[in-house]
Amino acid sequence: MDLTIGPIAFFWPAKRVRAFYRMIAATPVRRVVIGEWVCSKRLPFWQQEIPGAVAHLLAAGKEVALSSLALITLARERKLTEELFAAGLPVEIADLGALRHLPEGTAFQVGPMVNVYNEGTLEWLARKGATRICLPPELPLASVATLVRAGRGAGVAIEVWGHGRVPLAISGRCYHARLHDRAKDSCQFVCEQDPDGREVQTLDGDGFLAVNGVQVLGQAHTTVAGQVAELTAIGTGALRLSPQIGDFAAIVAFYDRITQNPTGKAEALARLRELMPGAGFADGFLAAAPGLRRAG
Amino acid sequence: MMELVCPAGTPAALRAAVDAGAHAVYCGFADETNARNFPGLNFSRPELAEGIAYAAARGVRVLVAINTFPRAGDQAIWHRAVADAHAAGAHAVILADLGLIAHAAEAHPGLRLHLSVQAAAANPDAINLYAEAFGIRRVVLPRVLTVDEIAATNREIEVETEVFVFGGLCVMAEGRCSLSSWATGLSPNMNGVCSPASHVAYAEVGGHNEARLGGLLIHRTPKGAPVPYPTLCKGCFTAPATPSGPAQTGHLFEDPVSLDATELIPKLQKAGVTALKIEGRQRSRAYVAQVVRAFRAAVEAADAGAPMPAGLLAKLTEGQAATTGAYAKTWR
Repeated sequence: MDLTIGPIAFFWPAKRVRAFYRMIAATPVRRVVIGEWVCSKRLPFWQQEIPGAVAHLLAAGKEVALSSLALITLARERKLTEELFAAGLPVEIADLGALRHLPEGTAFQVGPMVNVYNEGTLEWLARKGATRICLPPELPLASVATLVRAGRGAGVAIEVWGHGRVPLAISGRCYHARLHDRAKDSCQFVCEQDPDGREVQTLDGDGFLAVNGVQVLGQAHTTVAGQVAELTAIGTGALRLSPQIGDFAAIVAFYDRITQNPTGKAEALARLRELMPGAGFADGFLAAAPGLRRAG
Repeated sequence: MMELVCPAGTPAALRAAVDAGAHAVYCGFADETNARNFPGLNFSRPELAEGIAYAAARGVRVLVAINTFPRAGDQAIWHRAVADAHAAGAHAVILADLGLIAHAAEAHPGLRLHLSVQAAAANPDAINLYAEAFGIRRVVLPRVLTVDEIAATNREIEVETEVFVFGGLCVMAEGRCSLSSWATGLSPNMNGVCSPASHVAYAEVGGHNEARLGGLLIHRTPKGAPVPYPTLCKGCFTAPATPSGPAQTGHLFEDPVSLDATELIPKLQKAGVTALKIEGRQRSRAYVAQVVRAFRAAVEAADAGAPMPAGLLAKLTEGQAATTGAYAKTWR
């Protein structure tokens, strides 16, 4: 099982993006998916960083793929999607509509916001050229195991959401803008001020969700740190680590260590808590429990 | 005239919708294959056959929703549902899962396929992909598009479009939401339920009424005031202060509102929409009859170029806020 860095979910300034991918190039990850998958309005502010980051990552021996947007509605967004396929790099589709721009016979990857719940869908995508699929985070381990087997037969590697705030929903409406009594079109990019998302609590004051523009994430950090043995046993191809602020190099090193040399569940989680003091961790989805179930 | 597609959670509601003037009725089997998998709701195989016969005798079409995402290893349950709907004489099946659509197109070439709102096909590329690969005939549009965007979409696709005009409102892109499984372990995509009643608890605490979902406090209202059903995206939450702004408590995603796009029917017709859909398979037959009668009058008025009859549904929406949702750009 190796490691994939997913696309950045949050609106980070160009400088932070540049520093992040320079840091990632020096970590032991196998591959990196890069691109704006949440809100096309953000892209003009950091897209100039993409070519440099890609070159840097390729020079460091990483596989690199470009992500499409997860919700494509505007003509401008469809054009952007079409252009992705002309860049000469593998594309990870995050909206099925992107497939219509796929040049005949081109291999592609599938991100976690595309609904791959069963063998029928996996096999259809494989026939179209899919070689790698990151499964929807809500899938339980039994489904992952079945899809890993189906993927083996169809030449598709299976990735599982390994670490980070899971994407739970995407909307036509921007919730960051709504928190400021603004509409999406007049958002003034307030989401940039919450580089890890804006926390949402229940009325009891429990952490529950995180708002990230038009996207809603889980507040607790989903982690498979305690489930690595099961995922390895069923033949999972890779874990996806979702970029966040903080010492992400240490997070990558941690997952590299536990995938190479599996440790006990309690020990792994204790180490993760040391790396992210004060953070909450969840691991319910793989266990067919509520996703926010506290890891441990 | 625009086609009126009406909900039926029970055989009685199906007959009520047919008698009230529905052009088409949609329903599902009583299991996890459809997105309204609620206890006591939906149709057995014989009930579906009887319902189709009742509707057919009155010139009304029956559409069968098989719009959850088949569980890995158990696809046969969903394949059987499609085969049974076809055998029973359904006018069309409403599907969401790519693999299931591929199966239906291959195994049932004569069966009319509609793309469920749960497939979240929100742009002409996605819609045309399904049309070219599988021959889908109609798409139910996700509730993320404005009326202008619907019109633009219709100019680029060949298949018919169907849009929701009344009833419950998904705030997130449908079929791409795991909020419910995050809180309860059960989701629309996998289990056909959202914020399920089995996980809801109401209590009176210290002069307040509280509603919880999966143990999470979602609504608190003063004693005597009604407490809304704790649907996650319409719940009450707190966003603590951050660099982006001060703390806020309220309906951060959407108020407890329902959709009412009656006033937009003429515009939707102009935008090239083929069919109008009413949400509510969980509703009583009396409700269904009343809403269907009102909307039949509205589509007839629209067809005649007459203004929309005012106050059509005043009784049904009384005390409840309504919105035109994403159809108006300002909603975003």
